[in-house]
Amino acid sequence: MTEKVKVAVIGPGNIGTDLMYKLLRSKQLELVLLAGVEESEGILRARALGVQTVIGDLRPVLEDASIRIVFDASSAKAHLRHARKLEAAGKVAIDLTPAAVGPYVVPSVNLGSLHGAKNFNMVTCGGQATVPIVYAINRAAGARYAEMVSAIASKSAGPGTRNNIDEFTRTTARALSVLGGAKRSKAIIVLNPAEPPMIMTNTVYVEVDRPDEAAIRSSVEQIVAEVQQYVPGYRLRVPPQLEGNKVTTIVEVEGAGDFLPKYSGNLDIITAAAVGVAEKLAAGWSRKEATA
Amino acid sequence: MSEPSFVHVLDATLRDGSHPMGHSFTREQIAAVAGGLDAAGLEYIEISHGDGLGGSSINYGRSLLTDEEMLEAAAPVIHQAKLTVLLLPGIGIKEDLEMAAKHGAKAVRIATHVTEADIAAQHIELARKLGMEAFGFLMMSHMAPPEVVAAQARLFESYGATTVYVADSAGTMLPGDVKARVKAVVDAVKVPVGFHAHNNLCMAVANSVAALEVGASFLDGTCRGLGAGAGNAQLEVLAGVLDKLGYRSSLDFYKVMDVAEEIVAPMMKRPQVVSKNALMMGYAGVYSSFLLFTARAAERFGVDARDILVELGKRRMVGGQEDMIIDVAYRLAEQRKEKTA
Repeated sequence: MTEKVKVAVIGPGNIGTDLMYKLLRSKQLELVLLAGVEESEGILRARALGVQTVIGDLRPVLEDASIRIVFDASSAKAHLRHARKLEAAGKVAIDLTPAAVGPYVVPSVNLGSLHGAKNFNMVTCGGQATVPIVYAINRAAGARYAEMVSAIASKSAGPGTRNNIDEFTRTTARALSVLGGAKRSKAIIVLNPAEPPMIMTNTVYVEVDRPDEAAIRSSVEQIVAEVQQYVPGYRLRVPPQLEGNKVTTIVEVEGAGDFLPKYSGNLDIITAAAVGVAEKLAAGWSRKEATA
Repeated sequence: MSEPSFVHVLDATLRDGSHPMGHSFTREQIAAVAGGLDAAGLEYIEISHGDGLGGSSINYGRSLLTDEEMLEAAAPVIHQAKLTVLLLPGIGIKEDLEMAAKHGAKAVRIATHVTEADIAAQHIELARKLGMEAFGFLMMSHMAPPEVVAAQARLFESYGATTVYVADSAGTMLPGDVKARVKAVVDAVKVPVGFHAHNNLCMAVANSVAALEVGASFLDGTCRGLGAGAGNAQLEVLAGVLDKLGYRSSLDFYKVMDVAEEIVAPMMKRPQVVSKNALMMGYAGVYSSFLLFTARAAERFGVDARDILVELGKRRMVGGQEDMIIDVAYRLAEQRKEKTA
């Protein structure tokens, strides 16, 4: 049996805590350290689960040579500082902030083409949910224009999202083009306070070159199955509907309920995708090391 | 009760009216309406895609003109009024606001769902930095109780909003509902309070008057009532009613009537009436801009538009969720297939 790859998490907020629960379940990854800036609920929870913690000091993360992957769930500003240090220390960084130091990654779309990257940016929750659909439609039918509308429960939109909502629309729209392959793109986000909280829904509109319904449907179904491998709650809600050259598809994301409630699919998809990236890297390393 | 004697009036024909026009106002139409309204004494003339700056999209309908082109068409004919734009955070971004300021916009309405004012802090701050008046605009106010509406209005005020608005985006409130919410807001903030009506239950003008009775001092109107759903408070009617009630405003009653009758009426695609679907929106509390999208989805999926609207109301959909019309129509069509199978 191969040894688990050791990882650390920076930032014990909602995202960091949810990551922690997912990592504790991972068969390929071992969470050895959680770093925070102050005593917090997240730190206390980690200790209670037997995870080693460190406060206000990144050195234990940087100096532990056994740690190969570091998830950064702090803030964009902090990640700009951390990124250099992590790289100098030889760690692979998986960035869950909007800092975008490294290339965007959506596991089902471009992870395979990012050999040797040392810093991966997880785009946005909406990007993780909709880039695969645009990508699948583009490969089947050519995407001239892609537009997505994410609706998330108000309760699952934290201060990070609220204080910088423009970041979501800009970054997501960019990812629909850069990774999805659409020539032009637009992103919209809507917060809905309904009770009980609604689960995250994402509508994707794509204007295509070749409106071939069968090809589009099978391409979309295939990628949905791939995303489901790392985000079990990812589901096709309305399969591709064609109207002229416009394709409308709706997907929903139910969270795994690890730490955050199930309606927080928007948070779950980004932590699940981040763990998905790390697990694929770990699997690649263990194959390489086995044959070496 | 102290009633404000002066009422500030904003015309939204070239913004809310963009919905029934399919976001296809031409340069000539914009210049004619804006010029007429300016001469008729309007203090604020709002011009944008119906869903605000950046609203041109598949989800909300594409604009014939870009935001920039619309402002360029209006700016030269506006001499005394304040050119005003709308921005919904999550749809439009700060760069859109900077563009509008550069093109002469002097005021902006930053609109959020009634419980989500905190997503607008950065946009309000930017507007003030650009030297603009910044209105905080609480959409779908019927969905929250008065104390919540007041708390959200206070948030807007704390970010620097110069006026806060209670908006009945679904045209579903009755005068009592309006009074409860507007009064709670008037009591909670120091800045002036406004009210934006929709006419789905034929209450737009009556509700506007109700808002004034509890201390509102800003009202919206549109020529011929042109707007989403069954439209808005009809500007020229509002002008006459304000006059009869003894309120002062900057409106020239006759000139406002002339703009509505001679300039706006001839460009309308259909008369602004309370159709059965618009009535259903008011009845079920559904966002007025869903009207035409619902009619289209009903036809495409072969279901009754009223069933779609009732389901949207049940699901408590908020402004901007036009995409869920397809979701509901698809689901209703699937259910029917299962039943007949």
